[in-house]
Order: sequence, then C-alpha cells, then structure tokens
Amino acid sequence: MISRGGQGTCHRAKSIPFDMEVVAENVSFHVNEQGYYGPFGGAFIPEMLYPNVEELQQNYLSILADPAFQREFDDLLRNYVGRPTPLYLAQRLSEKYNTNVYLKREDLCHTGAHKINNTIGQILLAKRLGKQRVVAETGAGQHGVATATVCALMGIECIVYMGELDIQRQAPNVARMKMLGAEVRPATCGSKTLKDATNEAMRHWINNPVDTHYIIGSVVGPHPYPDMVARFQSVISAEIKQQLREQTGRENPNYVVACVGGGSNAAGAFYHFLDQPDVQLVAVEAAGQGLRSGHSAATTALGKPGVLHGSRTILMQTEDGQVVEPYSISAGLDYPGIGPIHAYLFESGRGRFLSATDEEAVQAAFALTRTEGIIPALESSHALAILDRLGAQPHEVVVVNLSGRGDKDMATYMKYLD
Amino acid sequence: MNRITELFEKAADQADGLLNVYFTAGFPQLNDTRLILRALQEGGADLVEIGMPYSDPVADGETIQQSNDQALHNGMSVRLLLEQLEGMRETITLPVLLMGYLNPVLQYGVENFCQKCAEVGVDGLILPDMPMDIYVNEYQAIFKKYGILNIFLVTPQTHEARIRQIDQQSDGFIYTVSSASVTGSKTGVSEDMEAYFDRLNAMNLRNPRLIGFGIKDQSTYEKACRYAQGAIIGSAFIRVLQESQDLDTDIKAFIGSIKANKSTAIGV
Repeated sequence: MISRGGQGTCHRAKSIPFDMEVVAENVSFHVNEQGYYGPFGGAFIPEMLYPNVEELQQNYLSILADPAFQREFDDLLRNYVGRPTPLYLAQRLSEKYNTNVYLKREDLCHTGAHKINNTIGQILLAKRLGKQRVVAETGAGQHGVATATVCALMGIECIVYMGELDIQRQAPNVARMKMLGAEVRPATCGSKTLKDATNEAMRHWINNPVDTHYIIGSVVGPHPYPDMVARFQSVISAEIKQQLREQTGRENPNYVVACVGGGSNAAGAFYHFLDQPDVQLVAVEAAGQGLRSGHSAATTALGKPGVLHGSRTILMQTEDGQVVEPYSISAGLDYPGIGPIHAYLFESGRGRFLSATDEEAVQAAFALTRTEGIIPALESSHALAILDRLGAQPHEVVVVNLSGRGDKDMATYMKYLD
Repeated sequence: MNRITELFEKAADQADGLLNVYFTAGFPQLNDTRLILRALQEGGADLVEIGMPYSDPVADGETIQQSNDQALHNGMSVRLLLEQLEGMRETITLPVLLMGYLNPVLQYGVENFCQKCAEVGVDGLILPDMPMDIYVNEYQAIFKKYGILNIFLVTPQTHEARIRQIDQQSDGFIYTVSSASVTGSKTGVSEDMEAYFDRLNAMNLRNPRLIGFGIKDQSTYEKACRYAQGAIIGSAFIRVLQESQDLDTDIKAFIGSIKANKSTAIGV
C-alpha cells in the first residue's frame, strides 16, 4: 500500500485564497505534503513529465499565497466572472421536498459553469511561470470554453483536445472555442471521448514541456493538480459559508450536495466543510442507464483502486486493469475515474456517494425548471435528482451546488419535450 | 546472473552497439508473440522489449497506441502474455523485458507479477508511469527478491541531480529518451540531442545507456550508438509488423538492415 499521510499536514488559512475561515490544525481530508489523500493521489507520471510537474509542485503554493496573485484572482472572479454567485433559497423546491433547499448559483458564472474559477487561477499561474501556450482537454466543452476564454483574455495561445465523438455531440461549444481563438484538435484514438482527449493533452505536454502549461479541468491528474484545482474552486464553499451565515445566522448546512465526474465542483463546494463533521457531504455520480446496465459512469459503485491519468484513485476498469469507457447522458460526468480527494472521501466514509440515472437527472432538470424557472446543466441535474432520497428533515438546510446552466443541453432536453 | 547484466558486461568489451527491439504483445495477431521473439533472436537483435498493451498509453505516439488498441481488441492481457511466455527459455536466450503501464500490473498484483516474470524468464521491467519514489518505497524489495531489473527513463529535461538518483536506483541500463516527445517522434538525432548525449557521457554513470525514441533506421541507430551502448527501436518496427505478409522474413530483413554495418549479435 502507498503510505498514508495527512495527519497534522493541513494547509493553513493564510495560504488559501478566499479562505474566510481558519481551517482546523489537524485536518485529515486535505492533501498531505507528498500529494496524497490517504492512499490516493500522488504523481504517477512518465519521466518526460517529471520536470513540468515538479515545477508546479515547487511553485504552486507560493504563487497562490502571493498577495498580488490573490488580488488579481479576486478581482477577476469579482468583476469578470461575476462572483460572488448567489446562494438562493429555492422556496418552491423546498416545499416539494419538505426541507430548506439552497442553490449555489454557479450557473451564473461567466461562460455558464464553475469551470472558469479554475481556469482563471491557472492562467494567472501559467503567466507567472512564463508559459506562452496553454493546452487543455475537454469533454462536454465547458472546460474547453472556460480555458479558451481566459486565454483570449490574456492573449495566450490555446489548444484544446476534444474527443472526435464529443466534437460531433457538442457543436455549440466547439464553435464557441473557435470563436474565442482556440485551436480544437480531435482525439481520434480509443473511444474518442474525454479520457482520450486527456491522454492527447498529456502527450502534447510531453512533446512541449518547456513553454506549455496544461490546464487540467478537474481535481484529477498528478499532484499538485487535484489540490490546486480544489483550491481554485474552494471559493464556492467559502462563499456558501458566508452567505449562509448572512441569510440564516448559521454557516454550516446539514448537507452539501454536488455531482461528481472528476469532481471539481464537488471539491469546491465541499472544501471548507471537509473537516466539519456536522456537514454531510453528498456526491452524486452518473448511473447512466443504470448501475448494472453496462452503460454507467458511477465510478465508486463500479470501480476499483488503481492508477489513472497520473494519480492513484478509484477507476472503472477490467480485471486486466484496462480502463473501461464510461457512459452518461451528461458529457461532463462521462469519466471513468474520480479525483483522489473523492476516492478518499468515499473510502473513509466521510462522503456519502449516491448515483442518479439519465432518466432521473432529466426529470430533476424539468422539475427545477418548472418550479424555479432555472434550467440546469445535465451534470447539475444529477445532484438535484437525489433530493427525494436525501432524508433531509423540515428544519434542516441543504445546499445543492448548481454547477452549470442548461443552455448547452437544450438539444437533449428537447427530445424529452416531444 | 541476470541476462541483461550479463549482456552489458560482454558488450563492454566490444565496440558494437546493442539493438533493443520493442513490439506490442498480441499484435498484429494474438498469438504472434513467440514467433516474433524467435525471429528477432535469429535476426540479430540483442535485447527484446515486449509491450503489454494498455487502453491509455500516454507516453506513446500514434503507431504504438494503435498497436495497443489492436492487441487489446485481439484479446491480449497480462495474464495471457505471461502464459504465452511460459517455456520461452527453451529456445530464447535473449534478455527479455516487459514494458507497460502500472495499472494492469497493480491489478495483477506486483508481487504475483514479479514472481511470474521470474518463472517464465523475464529479466526486466519498464513501467514509465511508476515514479521512482514509489518504486523505492514500495516495490524495490519485491523486484530484487525475484531478480527482476527495473529500467528507468531519463529525458533531455531531467536535471543532473535526478539523473544521479536514477542511476543510483537503476540496474541493467538507463533508457535514454532522445527528445521531449512520446514514442515514434520523427525528429531523428539533432544537434541538441548530441549535446545532451555528450552531457550524459561526461557524467560517468554506473549504468550503461540505451537511446530510444526516434530511432527508426540504420542511420539513426548508428548515430545513437556513437553516444551510448546501443539503441531501442519501437514504432518503426511496429510499422514493419503492421505491413508484413511474412513476419519471419520481414523481421529478419529489418534487423539485418539496421545492423548492416555491425557484426552479428553479441548474444549471451
């Protein structure tokens, strides 16, 4: 087994941008100095990537802790992304489930999802590392659009790898990336979807190690990516705490619910509650056509520990250790692994892992649209879909991270209208 | 003595460059493994590196990726490969390495895997996504128990202190990646690379080196051999296999063409 760590290796508030709370000294769900969450994480990379990853490992904490960096990040999140995003008490939805449901409105971020919190942070980091080019992978295209956006903003060359099949399925986002000036390159090997786009982006990085920064879109990849992305997304839970205190007088909800593909929106929504045992952290995976249908992306239900895309985590795989191609109606959840932080939340029991099927997610999307007038992304709809089985009491507070808006999914939703 | 160590000790007395040839197990046909091994030995290769196909080979370029996909499609697995290699030592005297990615080995079980490798006569492993610290802390004792050598990579970006660390933890040889690239790059051997190879030579490492990535024909092979104890050919050989109608003849012809100016294999 890989050595366990984490006891007493917390990262204190001073190094976390937007941390409005003092994090407890002996936290155990944050990354340790070697890049592990319990047995998960690490940097399982070919030697060709070692200098790039080492450069990030050695610099990311000091760059993130630099007040000038924090000011610039803060300013862009506020004035460009549109933060803080509202925390909205959804009254009619609350009545429906007989509890108090708050929606964290990440769907109102510029470009339509939480993804841009991370790309803003990473582009500022790339600039400080003197990189001239950015490469990224994308599945549904949300991270690709968020990356192309910040590259346009900073005048940096942008290459986005996208599975050939996803390029066909997500034409509007491909058009957005192109309009933003990014070069969209198809991943034509394997299953031609997100995992293959990730492989191609890694290969591109191997081939261009000196001048290129790789902006990974989720809390996956070799250390320090999972921690770095979680920190950039942690603004979500920092705001939830403050907003909940202002609105209700309490800062901890009873439940935080988020969908998990790789898990970046969940990591951001959970971050400041990781070490608050009174807050139940609920991760919702995509069950696709059903857990036992053979067409699913529910990694913790179907996967085993192993190594994927540079970290030890839980992944869907064959007995021989080959990575299995997942399926979900939602391209953003269509990933065969989960971030190592989530693998540890699952294994340790700190997180509660549920799953929702395609059908349940679509129903939940229509329910939100018709009760609150908000069209959610298919990804976020998975989080909404488990509210009826959450077991929340009438006096309790549930925060659902509404990670993105549904514009990109209209073609899918329209099929259900007929 | 391990066959790899023995080969390099013998080679040290001779001017000839060693030729290590990579092929993907289960490609082009599922049961070609033994045939290819035998043809490589008879054709004059000095070492053989058998690729264990993987669904997500991030360090490999298009040619080897496609051979991996095809091999998996044909039904190749770690278990099956090790079965195919049972009894190979009745005829195969060449050092044999397995190259692959960590996850399938983890799923097989590292100790079981090393034990089985030793049983069938595999001499070394190349697992590019197994980090050095994990190897040292978790697996080195197991590798040593079964006499399996672990081969590390160095690249033009690997800094000197790390090269020294890798040299310290390596046995057999160091896999010298010629350029910042995945396998199958078309760059050949440039002046930058020559400076890097000279730098490595000047370090007086305890391990011999083989140069790989971008070695595709007689001229690139001979150039690489000027800077190291030998070279590794992968993608170019996969292309030969892909197009071949007669594996035995074509393999021998290819190896012959690479080593045209060299004497026959040093062998063990």
